[in-house]
Amino acid sequence: MPNAECQMLNAIPTSTVQSPVSNSNADLVAQIRRGEPLAIARAITRVERGGAAAQELIRALFAFTGHAHIVGITGAPGTGKSTLVNALAKEYRARGKRVAIIAVDPTSPFSGGALLGDRLRMQDLAGTGIFIRSMATRGQLGGLAAAVADALLVLDAAGFEIILVETVGAGQGEVDIARHAHTTIVVEAPGLGDDIQAIKAGILEIADVLVVNKADRDGANAAVAALEMNLNLNPDKTAWRPPVLKTIALASEGVSQVADAIEQHAAYLTNNSLRAKKERARFDDGLRELLQRELLERALRKLPPSRWEELLGQITQRQRDPYSIADEILEAQV
Amino acid sequence: MSEPPGVAGTPIRVLVAKPGLDGHDRGAKVVARALRDAGMEVIYTGIRQTPEMIAEAAVHEDVDVVGLSILSGAHLELFPRVTQLLKEKGKDDVLLVAGGIIPDEDIPQLNAMGFRGVFGPGTNTHDLVKFVQEEMAKRRKNA
Repeated sequence: MPNAECQMLNAIPTSTVQSPVSNSNADLVAQIRRGEPLAIARAITRVERGGAAAQELIRALFAFTGHAHIVGITGAPGTGKSTLVNALAKEYRARGKRVAIIAVDPTSPFSGGALLGDRLRMQDLAGTGIFIRSMATRGQLGGLAAAVADALLVLDAAGFEIILVETVGAGQGEVDIARHAHTTIVVEAPGLGDDIQAIKAGILEIADVLVVNKADRDGANAAVAALEMNLNLNPDKTAWRPPVLKTIALASEGVSQVADAIEQHAAYLTNNSLRAKKERARFDDGLRELLQRELLERALRKLPPSRWEELLGQITQRQRDPYSIADEILEAQV
Repeated sequence: MSEPPGVAGTPIRVLVAKPGLDGHDRGAKVVARALRDAGMEVIYTGIRQTPEMIAEAAVHEDVDVVGLSILSGAHLELFPRVTQLLKEKGKDDVLLVAGGIIPDEDIPQLNAMGFRGVFGPGTNTHDLVKFVQEEMAKRRKNA
């Protein structure tokens, strides 16, 4: 074995043996509250799987949530989101904060598989106490995984003060992150579009902080100018104006200013009673989604698969229309 | 049916990592892609991973399978370190798979460390996928 590899081995601190993760809900909750990585990881797997076990866990954890500041990081593929998250997490660590990261990558609609590669850019964070979890979208549109909402509750209950959520490489319409995050960062890179792109509806509207990353490349100032011009057009001059910041995330340049801007935005939310409003919007949507899912599951549970096939047949043969069948199924519930 | 709902349909989660100092990750990428195309969620962490980084990633990501690829010849030194750390962290229930340049005479030692599958150069990715799927099917049935 080469010498350097020997040195690498010797440099590794030996840790103590972890207690096994318990199957009992109360024990698992206690382990999560103590911040034990193994328990947190298993809990996220449980909420990803859903079902009764996930519900029971979230019920037990919910009272401990509401303390974390959730920061969303979104933007087109290749703008440097993962690298920025890596640099931001290091910055927060240096400021003494407990940080967790959720990094979402897309599930293949063809195979159901996913390549989760965000961790590759977060190598600096190993051994720092920062918890990183990669999640696949598993068919969810909008730039996040369906289980992100519950995974955020797990990490919040575990006592992480800052939770960074990196979305899939987003196009113009993947704006779901804004419903979950207290502060949303939209990452741009030079040369991605002109000033018309900047005034289109969609992703730029959800930004609380705008970052032009890779600012050492040509066109960075033009990108900043286009974004600023768009912000100048905002008729409400009293509202929060997203700062436009330049970063070179790979070199951690400008990242401290991004963390400052997030703090300013957090203070703005608190001072204007907007944090509560955001939370309200977050759970308004969450509750509606939950009801949709639960009602659908309950409706389908009472319907034998053979009956479902029969009803589908009636639709395709144009004997009945989908609306009246939906009515019939819903009425059978009451 | 003691399984929680949805478990059978939950994608297999695999960590593909390269411990040691060699920088050749083509093989690991081919494997990652093949597992992805077989419907698995593959966490790819790239080259020059310390055993500590690998064990931490396996815990955080709650993977079912840890696949280690190495071409530098340091497998008999680095692999036991990974398995020891996994054990210390309470994450020793994973399926361990090894790949890369591994001499035949080392395979029994790797098996003894808990590596259920050892796949060298020329492996058909189809065989690897089938191995992981079959091993995981057995484990989930017994869980």
